[in-house]
Amino acid sequence: MSAALPPLDRRGFLVAGCTAGAVLTFDAAMALAETPAAETTINAFIRIDAANRFTIGAKNPEIGQGMRTTLPMLIAEELDIGWDQLTIEPTLADDRIFGRQYAGGSTATPTNWLPMRQVGAAARQMILAAAAAEWGVSPDSLTTAKGVVRHGASGRQAPYAAFSRRVATIAAPDPGKVPLKQPAQFTIIGKPVTGVDTPAIARGKPLFGIDTELPGMLHAAVIKCPTHGGILAGHDATGALRQPGVAAVVPICSGQGPAGKPDALAVVARSWWTANKARALVVPKWDNAAQRGHSTAGYASAAAARLAGAPESDLYRSGDVAAALAGAAHVVEADYAYPFLAHGTLEPQNCTALWQDGKLEVWAPTQNPGEGRASTAAMLGIPPEALIIHMTRIGGGFGRRLMNDYMVMAGQVAKAMPGRPVKLLFDRTDDLRHDYYRPAGWHKFKAGLSASGELVALSDHFVTFGAGGRPVRAAEMGKYEFPAAVVPNCHYGVSMLPTNLSTGWLRAPMSNALAFVFQSFLDEVAEAAGQDLPTLMRRLLGEPRELPAEPGRPVLHTGRARGVIDAVCELAGWTGRPGSPGSGRGRGFGFYFSHRGYFAEVVDVTMTDPTTVRVDKVWAVGDIGSQVINPLHARHQVQGAVIEGIGQALAGQKVEQVDGEVRLENFHEFPLIRIDGAPREIAVSFVQSDYPPTGLGEPSLPPVIPALANAVHAATGRRLRNLPLSLTA
Amino acid sequence: MPYRFTVNSRPVHVDAEADKPLLWVLREDLGLPGTKFGCGAGLCGACTVLIDGQAMRACQTPVRDAAGHAVITIEGVAALPAGRKLRDAWEAIDVPQCGYCQAGQIMSAAGLLAVSPQPDDGTIDGAMSGNICRCASYLRIRRAIRMAAGLPDVTGDAA
Repeated sequence: MSAALPPLDRRGFLVAGCTAGAVLTFDAAMALAETPAAETTINAFIRIDAANRFTIGAKNPEIGQGMRTTLPMLIAEELDIGWDQLTIEPTLADDRIFGRQYAGGSTATPTNWLPMRQVGAAARQMILAAAAAEWGVSPDSLTTAKGVVRHGASGRQAPYAAFSRRVATIAAPDPGKVPLKQPAQFTIIGKPVTGVDTPAIARGKPLFGIDTELPGMLHAAVIKCPTHGGILAGHDATGALRQPGVAAVVPICSGQGPAGKPDALAVVARSWWTANKARALVVPKWDNAAQRGHSTAGYASAAAARLAGAPESDLYRSGDVAAALAGAAHVVEADYAYPFLAHGTLEPQNCTALWQDGKLEVWAPTQNPGEGRASTAAMLGIPPEALIIHMTRIGGGFGRRLMNDYMVMAGQVAKAMPGRPVKLLFDRTDDLRHDYYRPAGWHKFKAGLSASGELVALSDHFVTFGAGGRPVRAAEMGKYEFPAAVVPNCHYGVSMLPTNLSTGWLRAPMSNALAFVFQSFLDEVAEAAGQDLPTLMRRLLGEPRELPAEPGRPVLHTGRARGVIDAVCELAGWTGRPGSPGSGRGRGFGFYFSHRGYFAEVVDVTMTDPTTVRVDKVWAVGDIGSQVINPLHARHQVQGAVIEGIGQALAGQKVEQVDGEVRLENFHEFPLIRIDGAPREIAVSFVQSDYPPTGLGEPSLPPVIPALANAVHAATGRRLRNLPLSLTA
Repeated sequence: MPYRFTVNSRPVHVDAEADKPLLWVLREDLGLPGTKFGCGAGLCGACTVLIDGQAMRACQTPVRDAAGHAVITIEGVAALPAGRKLRDAWEAIDVPQCGYCQAGQIMSAAGLLAVSPQPDDGTIDGAMSGNICRCASYLRIRRAIRMAAGLPDVTGDAA
């Protein structure tokens, strides 16, 4: 999710979005899954039938972020057809044809904004060329609308389909050179469009990975080593294999353990229910003594010991923090912490695979099919081209399905059952215990204020997880984490603890935790300075300019940050430091920049009793560039992210370890926010700026968490410095 | 063991282990995958169906307990007047994000409207609090239920 994007120039878009030369082709092998005989393939993304109906390929995984709708909107806009004239199909996963197919890091919009439009515009140009040749007129004399070509001078017009045969003889133009519409000409982009699968969802049609059904299919339930990193030392499957319907018990590698050493067993049966029940009759032996020493309590005490000393290494250093703190008029100190988190996608991890003739065909709810292809091929010892990957709709991603452990495992089980498709499915306990968790972290802050209330010094000692000086996945912090670059004396230091847990990206990775600690601590700093947080932020941000960033990382523009801060204060009617302790009502503010998106949010809370917080209303203002492609789904993304953030703060979510094991069983122990915890109103607004459109899956989530914690402080006078927030401690 | 009951008003006959949950009988034996597996413990509501008109968790209902009863699933809920209105509202305002929980949400809402045709906000939240939406489409779930019930539109979007 943190993968760097190519530069946002035209060439970069092309390279990122579509493999050079393959954008437009008539090679049927590169078409959507299969081109029916009665249709013509205009390019890898577009087919047209005789009735002038269009099939548009949606190339990216759909996890609820709306890309199966958004990307075809871009193609249809420039193809200049009506939204009611098309059907949308997911393409196969094949990045040689379709470019990168990936649902992570809020990257789909910035990397596809031009390439998908170019796909549509190039096809339209080919249709115009065909019509011009057919009618013996100049292409410049033709116009299009709603899939119809018109020649103004003669009044002649015909549907695109009338030229489909001749289009096949037209050379594909260079997509980088085709003219694109001006925003004022948009008829689809910027209009609210409902999700392409919504009718099927509301009718219970099979769409998701778990719904895959193939003739002769077998089902697999999994028994995994209870400690991440442990391995299988042996097993007795006799009892399970005696059960009617049980076909096999297969040792497999999840990829979470050491290479080449199985750490799981798959029980394969005629039905998943049978496989699931037979798990209890398998006796596994685990080799996991080395992991037994890991525990939540051990991490907490090790972190406390590290925080009491100096950081192991420097992340960022400017000025002289010690001298500035010594000379400060006020010093503010606070320690913050947050726990490991699971993803809890509602569709448990699953994958269906069929091994036949040395090749693997896969039906996978994966956010990252390219990585799944590579790691599954490597595990099976086959070339990556020997995989065919069908992308199913995905019952929630949130970063969990950027990892492909379920595909790697399903591939191994399928290989053990040649010629029979096998659907491998986790149950909820497997899903919670064998996640790639958002890593926990600890921060020790010190800030120095001048007599006039300027932030003159800041230090943060960040204790995270890692080994050999390298953080584990999703456990890093950028050296320029705001406000490093705008504080004259600043020191960020890092210490790392070892962990056996697999870690990974959770929606707005790093940011979902760093926003909480930094914006909460800055609220404390603002209070000490006699200001409110928006005021402190405006003073820190200063004049509109770009702040330093690491190479390839998004650049924070202070003017854009200021824009959303001012707009949300206006929208919410923010009037200075709000609430008063004891009043039982409070209002808090938070800002964060992540994944190229700027969000400022205000949260109103009421204490319904001394330890219970009710979130009444949230205002969220974002800047994601010049164009919100689908305003309907944009609002839904923001509202969902805001409620998810409230859930991370208030629902009591944490993943704990005892003797190296995560012992969570189900949602009663890892609670997700429910409807009765959702605010009644969430106002969403966008500031339009002159920058390329960027993604929305993630950046609206982080600021709601500190805004909520700051609101609780305003309402109660209590500063809650640990997630999940708790007033009972 | 053989069991007979109706699903979406059609008689069905299945041969299954007595303790096999109705959820897996629907999905594996009857080819009705609209009812979803989320937790297997009655905690998320993804598997909600109507049994004799009442919203029930199919993962917690052994098939033997369904025998002799009338089961309605997402595939058949639009045959009920309230079910049709719910489906229309769900589509009109585009409730789903990932969509995985939505069958269960619609079925719980159908169970709610059967006993409370014009529910107030507290009743809606109470009846729907057994259904998790991981994408948190809750504002639209409330709105769609109000629309289906013919109550004044409240979007939850207002600034």
